[in-house]
Amino acid sequence: MSRRIGYSLWGLATALALMTLLATGFGALRLPVSLLWSGSDEALRQIWLTIRLPRVLLALVIGGSLALAGCVMQGLFRNPLADPGLLGISSGAACAVALWVVLPVTLPALLMLYAPMLAAFLGALAATIVIFLLSQQRESSLSRLLLVGIAINALCGAAVGVLSWVSNDAQLRQLSLWGMGSLGQAQWSTLLAVTSLMIPTVLVIWRQASALNLLQLGEEEAHYLGVNVRIVQRVLLLCSALLVAAAVAVSGVIGFIGLVVPHLMRMWLGSDHRAAIPGSVLAGAFLLLIADTAARTLVAPAEMPVGLLTSILGAPWFLWLIFRRGGQHG
Amino acid sequence: MAESLVVEGLSYRVAGRTVVRDVSLSLAPGELVALIGPNGAGKSTLLRLLTGFLRPDTGRCLLDGKALETWSTRALSRQRAVMRQQTQLGFDWPVEAVIGMGRSPWTSQSEPQIVSEVMQLTGCQPLAGRQYAALSGGEQQRVQLARALAQLWCDGAPRGWLFLDEPTSALDLYHQQHLLRLLKTLTADGDLHVCVVLHDLNLAALWADRIVLLHNGMIVSQGAPQQVLQADDLARWYGAQVHVGQHPLNAAPQVFLAP
Repeated sequence: MSRRIGYSLWGLATALALMTLLATGFGALRLPVSLLWSGSDEALRQIWLTIRLPRVLLALVIGGSLALAGCVMQGLFRNPLADPGLLGISSGAACAVALWVVLPVTLPALLMLYAPMLAAFLGALAATIVIFLLSQQRESSLSRLLLVGIAINALCGAAVGVLSWVSNDAQLRQLSLWGMGSLGQAQWSTLLAVTSLMIPTVLVIWRQASALNLLQLGEEEAHYLGVNVRIVQRVLLLCSALLVAAAVAVSGVIGFIGLVVPHLMRMWLGSDHRAAIPGSVLAGAFLLLIADTAARTLVAPAEMPVGLLTSILGAPWFLWLIFRRGGQHG
Repeated sequence: MAESLVVEGLSYRVAGRTVVRDVSLSLAPGELVALIGPNGAGKSTLLRLLTGFLRPDTGRCLLDGKALETWSTRALSRQRAVMRQQTQLGFDWPVEAVIGMGRSPWTSQSEPQIVSEVMQLTGCQPLAGRQYAALSGGEQQRVQLARALAQLWCDGAPRGWLFLDEPTSALDLYHQQHLLRLLKTLTADGDLHVCVVLHDLNLAALWADRIVLLHNGMIVSQGAPQQVLQADDLARWYGAQVHVGQHPLNAAPQVFLAP
């Protein structure tokens, strides 16, 4: 990797650390870090520690996961338009979580923490496998993949609708808030659960960065260069499904982070996944942190679901991408 | 370096159709072998069997006496490289990065020295710094040849087995000549062993040490260019009316279509 890329990544990491510190101060209540250091007010300290900090850290983890999942999907499908949301993987996870919310099942406390994630993972995996099998077919093209994504999105949307219809009032409210995508659930326990899944997954993906580069030559060429193509593809698919699942289980569907961020990183740092992977994690964390801080402060003391915000910003971006590509090769 | 590649009784079926039928062949070190044959004769499939990408239904491919499927993908990637007719990359990559990918079986470090040597050898220097996706088809083929040679680069020269599937399909006259002369020189040194699918019989006649003619998945003729390129045989296997003459400089057979 060139020196420029190294500096860029370190710069991004520094900016992210500063932004994190800053963001913990913003919200319905202004809590600048300086105020906490003086140690004058225990109540404010508690708010900062139990509400603000886990919320901000969760934004980092979810943003990084979603952007990395998008980066890996795009690498696997060799296409900049592959995105967990557009391909229906997020809604597969969302559908499974909705099922979990509505079904009356109780489990021991620790399992209850991970159960939505497990449900989300199964849903995400099912959608991923359908998409991947299709992409292996001979006449697979991106338009076909996206059409299948539309179908999966429609099917899961309908299933969530049915589940909402049979749910009681409390479940309904939980479902609809969660469905819009929000980080309002942030607690230390959920944060730990997501992080404990995310960190090993990121490390596994990082180890495959060079293989993912070689896959850009095509499966056959990658095989000739010593890559165990089937294994690498499966590992990476599982990992990206896991990342999407963990994010969706906690925060609902937050769209377009996985589309926008890797694309920007490739423009900035180049296509080498050894740069694009850490870049996407950092920039995804950065972007969702800004979006969530905005969602918390724009309409304070209320807050808007951050998923709505990212979609409002991301959908026009998606349109722009399609128009731009249309000029190149249909 | 592996010293022999021998295949015995190779057959391969796709969707109930036998594409390669009982092929036995032995590739010798330092030899330039050309695979020729009409469309659909099974040339590309045979190449994929020889490279270990496909597994034969019956028969064996032995590299150094060891069946190809028992070689690990990694170990094999240090013994043989493959250049396909056309390779498109996902996303934008600079030419040097594409060629550098050829080094991945050996190291994860970048090796600009080897990349630049290979670029010089293949005439890719004018392409330095350009994006692969923006190159013409012929320029992309040159870059892929450079990548394949980088993959086999060991102690200052390419060593091992190089397979090429119609490498000249998009090259202009100069670069066709350049590529085949290069392959000829490298094999003559004895460390590179080449098996190339060629459509242009006259190129095969000028540069191949041995020509293997495939028809309907079977080897119907093989030997030196003079032996294989006979007008009657070509008419029989290709179904085309041809005349075989001589090259004015070195008396190699040259095939002309009858008008």
